[in-house]
Amino acid sequence: MPSQNNNNTVILVEGLSVKRGAAPVLQEITFEVKRGEMIGLIGPNGGGKTTLLQALLGLIKPSAGRILMFGLPAGNLGPVREKIGYIPQNRSYDRRFPLSAEDVVMTGCYSPRTLLRALRREEKEACREMLAAVDALHLAARPFGDLSGGEQQRVLLARALVRRPELLLLDEPSTGLDLNVQQLFLERLRLLQQNYGLTLLLVSHDIVSLAGLADRLLCINRTMHIHGEPQQVLHSPALQKAYRCTYDLLEMAATSEEDPDG
Amino acid sequence: MAEMFSYSFMQHALLAAVLTGALCSAVAFFVVLKRLSFLGVGISHTALAGIALGLVTGLDPFWCGSAFAVATALATGHISRRGRLYEDTVIGIFFAAGMALGIALLSSLRGYYPEIFSLLFGNILSVSAADLRLLAAVAAIVLLFIAIFFKELLAISFDEETAVASGLPVKFLYFGLLAAMALTVMVSVKLVGIVLASALLVIPAATGYRFSRNYRTMFCLSLATGIGGSAGGLILSYFLDLPSGAAIVLFMALIFVISLLYRPRDG
Repeated sequence: MPSQNNNNTVILVEGLSVKRGAAPVLQEITFEVKRGEMIGLIGPNGGGKTTLLQALLGLIKPSAGRILMFGLPAGNLGPVREKIGYIPQNRSYDRRFPLSAEDVVMTGCYSPRTLLRALRREEKEACREMLAAVDALHLAARPFGDLSGGEQQRVLLARALVRRPELLLLDEPSTGLDLNVQQLFLERLRLLQQNYGLTLLLVSHDIVSLAGLADRLLCINRTMHIHGEPQQVLHSPALQKAYRCTYDLLEMAATSEEDPDG
Repeated sequence: MAEMFSYSFMQHALLAAVLTGALCSAVAFFVVLKRLSFLGVGISHTALAGIALGLVTGLDPFWCGSAFAVATALATGHISRRGRLYEDTVIGIFFAAGMALGIALLSSLRGYYPEIFSLLFGNILSVSAADLRLLAAVAAIVLLFIAIFFKELLAISFDEETAVASGLPVKFLYFGLLAAMALTVMVSVKLVGIVLASALLVIPAATGYRFSRNYRTMFCLSLATGIGGSAGGLILSYFLDLPSGAAIVLFMALIFVISLLYRPRDG
């Protein structure tokens, strides 16, 4: 059980419990994320993955336990917030919302530091640089709503990275994308992680792809069911218990990859 | 036309129309993008209760109405953000309750109150210099709020969750926008009345939204529709001898209908 925080620890969660009203959503969650790690967060729908991310961002108050982000409590992140990038759960944006891809990336620059002033030239340049880094510079002037799902995700990735965060939290970023685009997105993520020295915490239902890329998997369903290296987690009976299913999840995932129409 | 503006009441009316048009269209930009149109309807109708309270008690009807409008806007925002009820449900209740209270209070009045009719349907031709000063002060406050926080208001209209995660003061911005809406509705009452005030918070930006997928152009088109529609409607009312509030709203609606004929290239 982690108890010490040091410079190498980016996220430290100890005995975290969260309630919505009287209902417990998370109970006794404990884990630690080290600098440079890529962590896959898995678990069934309604298991509390999004709630956990929101608690890490300080958007939800824990009912018990503590969260330290870069050594500071999640409820009082202050300047540390600048070190955290976030991509919320994939959703359909208003197709006619009058923002171009570049405008969307610019919204990623906005923070308490930029209140009461216009964006500086270097901040605007950073937006174009980041669009180039995700291979989306050619989309800069296009209305965001006209982009395909995969293109939108690349733009949102550029938005999350434009302030050069050290930690990136992603909530099911590839949901709704086809298998090929999902795979490309995850590979791009791994590359960006290496280039920018990022620490990643990624929620996904694509267990098999995630297992091929992540350093560790955390499986939660209200409580922490299992965490460890991907192969250890994938072959553990605790995984089936977390998903409350009797069939082999890996076998099922492999079958669906071989026969995508089936 | 020159003869028309030789009257000082018409000069006041034109100035009020231009100021209100500019103010409403700037606020309308965010009302349309944040989908708060129905809240505008709710606020204006609830204000009737405050105005009626002012008339019954002898307090200033404008300030009583404003207090009710701001309280309604903030309460609606507060209740719907707690997630227990949908925003339109809360507005539906406040809207009806506010109107009911207004009607109940007005029924207790004895005698003739011409201001009731002008509050319901507007009377821009009776705008005084004091009304203009009040309108200018409200416009200055609201437009300053929008100018200072424009990019942040745009960000919360697009993706509020990420704005919260970035540490932006989302609650302050959201409730500030609601209060700005309420004050804008109240100063618009002089122009077009309670019944039609909410139209000015929708039509200008909806027209800009039809024409452009770029927020800068949309904002400019919204301003042009708001100012042009208010001034044009006023001039039209003079020549066609129509009530000015109705003429302004109808003229703006006509611009919007024409915009529907325009087929955007990119969508």
